[in-house]
Amino acid sequence: MTVSDKAETALVPVTLNVNGVQHDITIEPRRLLSDALRHDVGLTGTHVGCEHGVCGACTILIDGKPTRSCLMFAVAAQEYQITTVEGLTCADGSLSPVQQAFKECHGLQCGFCTPGFLTTVAAGLEENPNPTEDEARDMISGNLCRCTGYQNIVKSVLKAAEIKAEQEESAS
Amino acid sequence: MTTKTVGEPIRRVEDARLVTGKGRYADDLMPGALEMAVLRSPLAHAKIVSIDIDPVLDVEGVHAVYTFEDLEGPMAEPMPLLIPHPDLTHGRTQYALANGEVNYMGEAIAVVVADDRYIAEDAVNRIVVEYEALPAVVGVDGARKAEHLVHEDVPGNVAARMEQGFGDVKKAIKNAPNSLSLDLKIERSAATPMETRGTVARWDQDLKRLSLWSSTQTSTGVRAAVASKLGLDLGQVDLVTPDVGGGFGVKIMHPWPEELLVPMTAMALGRPVKFTEDRREHFISSAHERGQEQHIEVGFDDEGRILGLDFQFWHDHGAYTPYGLIVPIITSTQFLGPYKLPAYHVVFESLYTNTVIVTPYRGAGRPQAVFAMERTMDAIAQHLGMDRTKVRENNFIQPEDFPYAHGDLNFQDGRPLVYDSGNYPELMDKAKKLVGWDDYEKFRAEARAEGRTVGIGISCYVEGTGVGPYEGGHVRVETNGKIKVATGLTSQGQGHETAFAQIVADELGAKFEDVEIVTGDTRRMPYSVGTFASRAAVMSGSAVALAARKARAKILRLAADALEVSEEDLEINDSIVSVKGAPDTKIELGTLAVLANPLRYAFDEASKAATQFAVGDPNKPPVPEGDEPGLEGKDFYSPMRSTFASGIHAVIVETDPETAEIKILKYAVTHDCGTLINPMIVEGQIHGGVAQGVGGSLYERMEYDEAGQLQNASFMDFLIPYVTEVPEKIDIDHVVTPSPLNPLGIKGAGEAGVIPTAAAFAAAIEDAEGITITSMPISPSELYDLRLRDGSAVNERTQA
Repeated sequence: MTVSDKAETALVPVTLNVNGVQHDITIEPRRLLSDALRHDVGLTGTHVGCEHGVCGACTILIDGKPTRSCLMFAVAAQEYQITTVEGLTCADGSLSPVQQAFKECHGLQCGFCTPGFLTTVAAGLEENPNPTEDEARDMISGNLCRCTGYQNIVKSVLKAAEIKAEQEESAS
Repeated sequence: MTTKTVGEPIRRVEDARLVTGKGRYADDLMPGALEMAVLRSPLAHAKIVSIDIDPVLDVEGVHAVYTFEDLEGPMAEPMPLLIPHPDLTHGRTQYALANGEVNYMGEAIAVVVADDRYIAEDAVNRIVVEYEALPAVVGVDGARKAEHLVHEDVPGNVAARMEQGFGDVKKAIKNAPNSLSLDLKIERSAATPMETRGTVARWDQDLKRLSLWSSTQTSTGVRAAVASKLGLDLGQVDLVTPDVGGGFGVKIMHPWPEELLVPMTAMALGRPVKFTEDRREHFISSAHERGQEQHIEVGFDDEGRILGLDFQFWHDHGAYTPYGLIVPIITSTQFLGPYKLPAYHVVFESLYTNTVIVTPYRGAGRPQAVFAMERTMDAIAQHLGMDRTKVRENNFIQPEDFPYAHGDLNFQDGRPLVYDSGNYPELMDKAKKLVGWDDYEKFRAEARAEGRTVGIGISCYVEGTGVGPYEGGHVRVETNGKIKVATGLTSQGQGHETAFAQIVADELGAKFEDVEIVTGDTRRMPYSVGTFASRAAVMSGSAVALAARKARAKILRLAADALEVSEEDLEINDSIVSVKGAPDTKIELGTLAVLANPLRYAFDEASKAATQFAVGDPNKPPVPEGDEPGLEGKDFYSPMRSTFASGIHAVIVETDPETAEIKILKYAVTHDCGTLINPMIVEGQIHGGVAQGVGGSLYERMEYDEAGQLQNASFMDFLIPYVTEVPEKIDIDHVVTPSPLNPLGIKGAGEAGVIPTAAAFAAAIEDAEGITITSMPISPSELYDLRLRDGSAVNERTQA
């Protein structure tokens, strides 16, 4: 190990904007954004499945774009608006279209990978509100799930698009 | 009237918390706990000459470092051999921390507890270990050659040799009009749940009580092991299973070294301690499965009926045998599948290698068994020029044959292998329709005309599910009408909170929304076995049904008293007990719960009704003789033997003539798990199983090199399927032959999806390519190599 003791323990103040709330935390510069969100901010809905950017469980939205929080340092995330799975829930506590759809279509089993899928699909539907089945598959093709065989996740994406469209129509 | 919920695709109650980020998994618990990191062996086989921990001691934030030298009492003894067996003559288990020798890459040598995981890992990296490397034994081949030994005192690397059978196999094969032999191989894979292992412990010095949370499939097993190893009374240890991010078998193995070391250090330091395994650690220190080599000799008549079969296999169980012989015993018995064999002999050797331990992974020895048997069926069909489904049908156990005993074979529960119910011909009819078996030749001809290569495969299995010894259920009606139910086995995504609530709601006549299920909490149900072997619905489903029936009996008794009618005149709907035909004469379950607990002190409006001046016959004791206060029911379900689920998978693949890429065109499943509690959940289980089966057939293998180094210990290199690798659609049809062994007729469904998959793919690829497939998984490059070796097939294909 070549890192000096001093470098290991030097703490820096960091400000994270998560789900519209500002969090001031003091952490090591090497602290991963995933760890900072989970253990310093206390939002444990973001899960860590591999810590090498492959599984997608830790996916959050950085200024609305799906991002692997295990591949980013918390110090590098200060300029952005961060959305985690907790931030997808509507202000009144009701489920957002994506959350509703996953529940309705049995799009989750153990639920560990689910936050990463939910954030990914929430962003995906902003970009493409009316995906075909192939586009739905494409949308989730960077996230691993070991429980569902993806069958009902694809259905959830399509259902989420439907619910979202209905809600937007009734709102307009 | 309450609508029955069993059989309905009720949406899951778990999901409200899981889709909002409010699930509580092990690593989410106990903020501020100290964290543990583990020094793991970089070598597959070595003597430990020395360990220098001095460089760790001055690292700021480090609280403790432990090696084997620091372990005391039972902690310094080898870890438990969970399932002993008389044939396991040379069983060995590891120490919580290596005692002078390491036998696989990843074996725990030392642990550091520090303020956080970053510091703990820094410290682990400073520990200096001097090793004397020993030659590594890798693979079945290496183990059998036994040029080197994993354990010096285990000759031939053989932990166990087990032999079973019935009938005169040698004679049957010798006298059979036809005979064949096959040599087959299945590679290692692993469960790899998305959540790795995790354990959290807090020692309460005031209460002298240990609170423990572990991402486990067995709450009571971990609790008992921890109490035993740490010298605590069982009653001092509470184990609560949090949300668990998938298990698939790997979390039934226990105790892991960390499950002991976390509570040990929490007690020693007087601080909560947490361990969360990282993904690389999961690959190199959590269990694998599947690796086997097999040899089959079979004799059969001209109709393809098997007359005698001799099955020999070699099972790679890794460096230690903590889970006994369960996996190879399952292979050796479930090999028989849905078929009636007049003579069968099986012998296996369970072999040591310098690799990660092998314990059950979803399917648990069955995918290998089904691969062996179904490859045999295909070989017989090929030999006789018969339709592959016809050969299978000619060997099927018939519906009128149940209960069907396979000679005097013993299953994994030590009980005779007797199938309870099934209808295999119906499964086959449905499977053929679902996949389009009878129209397939036309489809193939059309594909060929377009220059495409397609193949079809089919594969049958029988799965012993719901093994004993028992599970329990406890049902309590609270005074507010809520129904609190506990069962001891754990949940890893199977939707138990929903499925068991359906059962209890139906049995009680309660509102589904009022029923709350708790699983895997030893404070609520200390008697339990665990979640494995597709047993949860069978065992705990039956137990909560029986417990609810007891509660219902008391409800009716109390209501009959309160309403002054006879019990037979009562019915319960939507949590209200009323008189049949006179719905206004009624009482709510919550009110009955108040009345069931005669009180001296009122604490709210409802409880006033149960105080001594308000209720009861002054000439009788407040709690009648033989009764107890409260509105509860508790019961246990302990079956004589396993139930046997069954199914058939069929797949159509297309292989690319240039790249040898294997594409799935159609995947069909017919399935019999008896009574379906929640078809949505059952189908979800099948989907997930099939996806794991696809992984095991086409992608997943543990790549050990000759030095015992695992070369692909990451999700970057060990390829589990993304959505792009699974069938776009999985067609499912059900056959229902209720089990006569339990009150609801349930059979297990958890593992089914993965069991026949590799066999079906092997058959389909063989059919497409005209090359015999003897080894799984198969990658495009391996298929390409097979084409090169099998020149004739290449030529045929070129001409086609």
